[in-house]
Amino acid sequence: MRIRAQVAMVMNLDKCIGCHTCSVTCKQTWTNREGTEYVWFNNVETKPGIGYPKHYEDQDRWHGGWRLDGKGRLTLRSGGRVKRLARIFANPDLPSIDDYYEPVTFDKDILVSAPGGLSDTPVKRPYSALTGEPTAVEWGANWEDGLGGAHERADRDPNITRMPAEAAAKVRFEFEKTFMFHLPRICEHCLNPACVSACPSGAMYKREEDGIVLVDQNKCRGWRMCVSACPYKKVYVNHATGKAEKCTLCFPRIEAGQPTICSETCVGRLRYLGIVFYDEDAVLAAASVPDERDLLDAQRGVFLDPHDPAVQQAARDAGMPGEWIEAAKLSPVWRLISEYRIALPLHPEYRTLPMVWYVPPLSPVLDAAGAAGRDDTDADDVFHTIRDLRIPVEYLAELFTAGDADAAAGVLMKLAAMRSYMRARTLDGTVAQGLLDGIGMTAEQVESMYRLLAIAKYDERYVIPAAYSKDAAALEAQAATTGGCSLDCEGGPGMGGQAVGGSGPAAVERFHLVGGDDDVHAGRRGLVSRRPDGRIGLSVDPSRGRS
Amino acid sequence: MNTVVWIVLPYLCLAVFVGGHVWRWRHDQFGWTTHTSQLLESRILRLGSPLFHLGAFGVIGGHAMGLLVPASVTAALRIPEHLYHLTAVWGGTLTGAMLVAGLVLLIARRFADRRVRHTTTPMDKVLYAALAAMIALGMTATVAVNLLGHGYDYRETIAVWFRSVFWFSPRSDLMIGAPLVYQLHAVGGFLFLALWPFTRLVHVWSAPLAYLWRPYVVYRARRGLVPATPPAPAAVRETTLRTVGERSHG
Repeated sequence: MRIRAQVAMVMNLDKCIGCHTCSVTCKQTWTNREGTEYVWFNNVETKPGIGYPKHYEDQDRWHGGWRLDGKGRLTLRSGGRVKRLARIFANPDLPSIDDYYEPVTFDKDILVSAPGGLSDTPVKRPYSALTGEPTAVEWGANWEDGLGGAHERADRDPNITRMPAEAAAKVRFEFEKTFMFHLPRICEHCLNPACVSACPSGAMYKREEDGIVLVDQNKCRGWRMCVSACPYKKVYVNHATGKAEKCTLCFPRIEAGQPTICSETCVGRLRYLGIVFYDEDAVLAAASVPDERDLLDAQRGVFLDPHDPAVQQAARDAGMPGEWIEAAKLSPVWRLISEYRIALPLHPEYRTLPMVWYVPPLSPVLDAAGAAGRDDTDADDVFHTIRDLRIPVEYLAELFTAGDADAAAGVLMKLAAMRSYMRARTLDGTVAQGLLDGIGMTAEQVESMYRLLAIAKYDERYVIPAAYSKDAAALEAQAATTGGCSLDCEGGPGMGGQAVGGSGPAAVERFHLVGGDDDVHAGRRGLVSRRPDGRIGLSVDPSRGRS
Repeated sequence: MNTVVWIVLPYLCLAVFVGGHVWRWRHDQFGWTTHTSQLLESRILRLGSPLFHLGAFGVIGGHAMGLLVPASVTAALRIPEHLYHLTAVWGGTLTGAMLVAGLVLLIARRFADRRVRHTTTPMDKVLYAALAAMIALGMTATVAVNLLGHGYDYRETIAVWFRSVFWFSPRSDLMIGAPLVYQLHAVGGFLFLALWPFTRLVHVWSAPLAYLWRPYVVYRARRGLVPATPPAPAAVRETTLRTVGERSHG
């Protein structure tokens, strides 16, 4: 057993109202730059829908993720090492910018600078951010918001085309009575990342301490294999720098013990962040399970129980501080995935072992129960609805359980039983033992699950231990000599200075992009700049002079 | 004049080539990239890029064979002169044709596709012009002189001069009698090497062959300092409230 810790996320889809606050704050933090106009590290999709980029879940077309070869060995779906290098001059699986959308800007200046006395109100027009020419806005990252355009396209949602033909036909037939829900997506920070495995340069890596998957911008050579290998299409090409970029799980915040910006600003409070312990040696076997429907249990089997003294000892032996073990015990992610078993991974069949899991939405089922004339507050009726009404369940199964409708229905039943149990508990103080027996949980478990899903406070939803270093003493000595944070320069984002209120230790958040602090350059460099070792040399900026 | 062109210039260009690469590697890792534009345009690239790259492999291999292997070696290996000539001319013509076709497609793509045109840097334009000039001269030498014309045995003159540059005993006398197109191609070649480290061509040295035997998933330890843990939101609020309170009372 080789124990590692992973910062993981769970999203409770029942609470997502599709407000895109996560997307917007993420974009303002990370991708509001030239070259990343079309890039959304966090996006919110409406399901059913074809998604962003278009049809990204159709792996017959994009060849993302992993599959088992004829001998049952795990291989990248886009081919092995030799095949990848043979296709390096033109990647046949790379989406084009049109599969995302053409980014635009607007000539807003016309609204204030138009001459007076016009008979028509001036109108701002969209201009392509790629060419600077006038263009028409024909697609976007959230074009399908609230099922927009679904009557034309949603039946081509890869999750629907994969469903049994009968159920898929029913979705089309009953579209007026259809269901929808929102699906916020970030990088999955997988345990078995296909992007890292496909990177020819070795520039992409998974961090040993917290499992965050990152691109080393100084090592990336722009071979663009990560973009096509990621089945979630969550690695992007920055077309200005020619390098790959992806969601960083806001690692500067995570290192400081803070939640990601998408979690911090989530209006519905539907995101949970915490660490899980897992056994790195078990990852390959779990990803290689022959039957896709066994992947869910195999992935759960990779996690280690933080309450097990043997696991705790292994964590200590691996150099993890006590805070990390305590955080693992309190981790809401561990509770939702392994204790209550109501969180499911997105597309486990891609075999990447994703680390952003989802509590599937019960609301489409409740809507369906209401539409069928049943009582959506009665557990029995809801149970029947879940069993009878295959459409939402089978659709959710395509998303979260590799098509295993029973597994998806099992989770929905737990959620439905919890609602009915709490209703009885609150209204007349009774304990509905029958409901508990039906889902195999204790009253205490259901009540703490309810608390976590419904009313958990900030500190319960985000249990993130601050970063540690195995060589902390030496590094602190280094910090003393180099004067601490590189971003604390005058005008820099850190800006050092006094704590709030002028008392106590400096409250400034110390963020660290990369280790050798001098590697960090804000904006464009001058003709001459200082190298990490202190010597002065000329600098080249490849993006300078772009017409 | 001969000294300048056939001795000073080559060493100057080689110095810039080596020094330029060392400087760029140490100073501009962030700019060291293929600068792919396949995201913006894929249709022409899927034909042009493999043609260009595979053609370039053949042409570079041919240059290595012609310039680095002395005629005495092929004679000792009992390779007939006629066979060598056929291989060189036809191999050169075929891979050269691939290179030309690829380059024409890639340049056409740069002009025809508005998105790609917009992302093209001035250095890209210089590089494309230099490549086009070099390939035009090289193809003239191969096709016009050796395939259709009377032929010229560069192995006895240009190749010997080229090797002599690297033995630090350059023999500029050998180049005086070479046809003009060969002379231009040789000079252009060294100038091209001097341009190399400042263009996107540096990606050639990052050909990811190590990928063939590397483990799939790469793990790296987090470098750098442990950030100070910021105070909890509640603590910040209390501190602020207290300060505000003190101010308003004082």
